[in-house]
Amino acid sequence: MGDIILKLQNLEAGYIIKQGDIKAVDNVNFELKRGEFLGIAGESGCGKSTLAYTIMGLLEDNGRIFNGEILYQDKDLTSMTENELKAIRWQNISMVFQSAMNALNPVMKIGNQLIDTILSHKKDFTKRDAINKSKEMLKLVDITEDRMNAFPHQLSGGMKQRVMIAMAMILEPDIIIMDEPTTALDVVVQRTIIDKISDLRKQFNFSVIFITHDLSLLVEISDKLIIMYSGQIIESGLANKVYNNPLHPYTKGLMNSFPSLTGKLQDFGGIPGKPPNFLKLPGGCRFHTRCPMKQDICSKVAPPLQQINNDHTARCHFVKKGN
Amino acid sequence: MKYVLRKFFWFFFALYIAVTINFILPRLMPGDPASVLVNKLQGVEEGSMEAIRAAFGIDTDKSILAQYGDYLINILKGDLGISISNYPYKVWDVLSKALPWTIGLMGIATLFSFIIGTFIGIVVAWKRKTKVANSVLGIFLFIRSFPYFWLGLILVYFFAFKKPLFPLGGAYSIGVFRGDGLPFIKSVIYHGILPGLTIAISSMGYWMLTIRNNMINVLAEDYIIVARAKGLPLTQIMNKYAARNAILPSVSGFAMALGFIIGGSLLTEMVFSYPGIGFMLYQAVQQQDYPLIQAIFLFIAIAVMTANFLSDIVIMLLDPRVRDGGKK
Repeated sequence: MGDIILKLQNLEAGYIIKQGDIKAVDNVNFELKRGEFLGIAGESGCGKSTLAYTIMGLLEDNGRIFNGEILYQDKDLTSMTENELKAIRWQNISMVFQSAMNALNPVMKIGNQLIDTILSHKKDFTKRDAINKSKEMLKLVDITEDRMNAFPHQLSGGMKQRVMIAMAMILEPDIIIMDEPTTALDVVVQRTIIDKISDLRKQFNFSVIFITHDLSLLVEISDKLIIMYSGQIIESGLANKVYNNPLHPYTKGLMNSFPSLTGKLQDFGGIPGKPPNFLKLPGGCRFHTRCPMKQDICSKVAPPLQQINNDHTARCHFVKKGN
Repeated sequence: MKYVLRKFFWFFFALYIAVTINFILPRLMPGDPASVLVNKLQGVEEGSMEAIRAAFGIDTDKSILAQYGDYLINILKGDLGISISNYPYKVWDVLSKALPWTIGLMGIATLFSFIIGTFIGIVVAWKRKTKVANSVLGIFLFIRSFPYFWLGLILVYFFAFKKPLFPLGGAYSIGVFRGDGLPFIKSVIYHGILPGLTIAISSMGYWMLTIRNNMINVLAEDYIIVARAKGLPLTQIMNKYAARNAILPSVSGFAMALGFIIGGSLLTEMVFSYPGIGFMLYQAVQQQDYPLIQAIFLFIAIAVMTANFLSDIVIMLLDPRVRDGGKK
């Protein structure tokens, strides 16, 4: 694992709607190294997809970056023009989207959808080069080259998502953001996709930011984990540390919300309640309304993200160093 | 291929049903064609009366099944009978005089309306957040709510009556003949402009709104975001990704509209005294010219069904999902 390739500093982004500003990404900081696999987990509506779209520069028209920097190889993406961004997007940072089912244009052959990606970035490529490159990429995700002429509806969900992975890799980017890439697929297909991503990453040494609500997917393959709640990072650290020793009550709750395959059956309660409304955030710690360990201080003072030990941080009043 | 054959089968089946209904309907109406004719030809001898009945094909003495058989055979032979109001001309001759006018005028107007309306709709949807696009949308909504014959009357009043830029009516000037070549064509175009504009303007809003709504739905699809993320040029996203998907329902709508062309545009043709099918149908109804009415209905039915069939074929060519018959 090498140098730092992407660095988010105090990033605040979100949406402007009639009722007010929504800060769906609130003061987020992290570093991503070359070849690293970063897992980001959280409930629906915790801001994880907004984070992905913000990094890609693909926020909707009412989306805004309020503050902070996104440094890709020391260049700040937030201050770039659309044209400068266009040169980096997909070429250097690409993305696999959530809904494999709708991510491909239904009236175009998948081959052409791969080819147009190449041709709009690589001016020195001929059509023939682009075709060969596309076939090569399809082969990498175990799709035979005769499928170049298939239309999206002729592929299964898992195949479509593999095509999307091929498409994300086709320009050989440094970073691939995966926004819940396996959510619409059944567990067996999920597994093959995750394994495929894992293989390809080793082969091509790109970094992955893998976003999901399914923490169980992340623990095995991630190097680093970030847990988000209500737009904030509430815990982060090396994957095995977060997994074996979760510090924040929310992370503990998430860990408890999937059953162990080998251990004996036990109650897994999950987390009661719903995530807070971004327009009416609770005072103090944002999680205190649902927290089983709540004390008086929690509703009054917002806890900072504390460094607990070397590679582990948490946002809670009751975690202590060396815990 | 199976898809085409299946569509072909349904086309002929529907055609047969339409032809049959066309046979039944006039016979359910009060007052039969024979008595109309008898009234018209009062004072004719009984012997000649029989001959005339036979000539018109009004054999009310025959059983209904026998009449039905004759009717089917005649249609297959292309014999639509004799027009009562235009005696002794055959229905086919009368119809073939009006058909080219209607098809020419309505066809060209509908085609232009579709192309221009669809193009504007695509651009308006693509630029939907700009003020210009929203004003264009407003204007089209306004125009679309005009009754088309009223638009015709307004055009006639201002551009033919107040300021005689265009003729008041007719399909070509008196004194110009078919054999004249270029002057005749010029005269036809000159006469066709106002009625053509009426039809085109009043239907354009429909095409524009149809494609705009579809475009806006398609623009929210994930593959549009992917296309943007991939860094495709905007025109390519607009045409190959968005419009290419959004146009499918418009194409079916257009094919259907082509089918209704044969029915003519009754009120427009009346406003402009244009010698088309709509005007002819109106006259035929007034004069209880059953063979002519029946023939016009038959033509409308055939045209609508043909258009429907063609629309299915075109959609098949444009949409790979339909081509595979929806199977995975």
